[in-house]
Amino acid sequence: MTLAIDAFTILCVCGGLFFFLTGAIALLRFPDTLTRLHALTKADSLGLGLIVLGLLPQCDGFLAAAKLILIWAIAQLGGATLSQLIARIAAIENSKP
Amino acid sequence: MTLSFGFDLSLAVLTLAVAGYAIGARESFASVVAFISYGVLLALVWVRLSAVDVALTEAAIGSGVTGALLIGAAAKVGEGAVDAPRSVRGAGRLLTALFCIATTLGIATAFLSLPEKAPTLAPLAAEHLPSTGLGNPVTAVLLSYRAIDTLLESVVLVFAVVGVWTFASDRDWGGRPESPGKDRPEQPLTFLGQILPPLGILVGVHLVWTGATEPGGAFQGGTVLAAAWILVMAAGLRKPPSIEGAWLRFALIGGPALFLGVGVAGFALAKAFLAYPEGHSKAFILVIEAALTFSIAIALGLLALGAPGRKGHP
Repeated sequence: MTLAIDAFTILCVCGGLFFFLTGAIALLRFPDTLTRLHALTKADSLGLGLIVLGLLPQCDGFLAAAKLILIWAIAQLGGATLSQLIARIAAIENSKP
Repeated sequence: MTLSFGFDLSLAVLTLAVAGYAIGARESFASVVAFISYGVLLALVWVRLSAVDVALTEAAIGSGVTGALLIGAAAKVGEGAVDAPRSVRGAGRLLTALFCIATTLGIATAFLSLPEKAPTLAPLAAEHLPSTGLGNPVTAVLLSYRAIDTLLESVVLVFAVVGVWTFASDRDWGGRPESPGKDRPEQPLTFLGQILPPLGILVGVHLVWTGATEPGGAFQGGTVLAAAWILVMAAGLRKPPSIEGAWLRFALIGGPALFLGVGVAGFALAKAFLAYPEGHSKAFILVIEAALTFSIAIALGLLALGAPGRKGHP
């Protein structure tokens, strides 16, 4: 049983790391602000989400797990708002001649 | 073993690289962003050194508050509000660089000349921990053994706010500082300003409460509360307060004043300045921390807002 849980954790965390890695590569390679933002939001949402999901079964107790989920939720909220704000500024800059 | 060593090594290299970039970056904004990342990395370094209290403070004050102050400063410099002649800038940079190099060399020398077994008060601090009623030795040092340092720190914050206020022109004195946000804030920011502050208050209070037994404390909690306040103002939901408001000034000095009052009362209750009555330490410390947190939050928020004035009238 523990083996299955550990395997689940390793699988999820590796998946999360994969999304962070591709996000970082895309951040360096993509041509403009909006596409780079697109890449970053994937890393933030899926990468962090998968890492938190993978760590959940390793938590001792409900409170620790709830804190992890809360951290993920706050990161989602902050990330989504920030990318909106940056995208709006980028759109204004782009529309200038 | 090797895995954690590899992690520590890459963390150290990354921290130094980001620090180098923060110094070398041409644009002040890029430099500030690098400085904030550097603060977060430094917090991770403190975690690796098992100094979680220091890590929290570094992340909250070193990276968060200082970062916010520097972004504001960079924006003002970018507007051309501050501009020194080229020769003055060159000399200033040279002096700053020399001073920083001297400081680094001084710290390195002091560190390397430490005896093999560094003198430590840690066993003594741990031994007397039960008498404070606390579980976190760092909080015991800050609010019991060396309470006078913390008292002075909290007073320094009040002086810092007064110092910032002195930059106001006579005409603006008694007015409100500029709002940290735009005149018409973006809708997503307003949404965040409505939904995040309740969570911020919860986390801030939690950090103070848990500080008695686990890493956390008044400065870390106060910073989170200040951040929630600044977010509310940046989102345009509340205006910055007038610096003449009586409640504001009372809130600013309330924490240090209570701390000082308890300290003086110590003469009568426990026969020494800043001594707590036997067996009631924890209650006293919690009350002081609660008041300090509130005052620290107000002070940090006011520092981030800056002197009263209007846009275009620096």
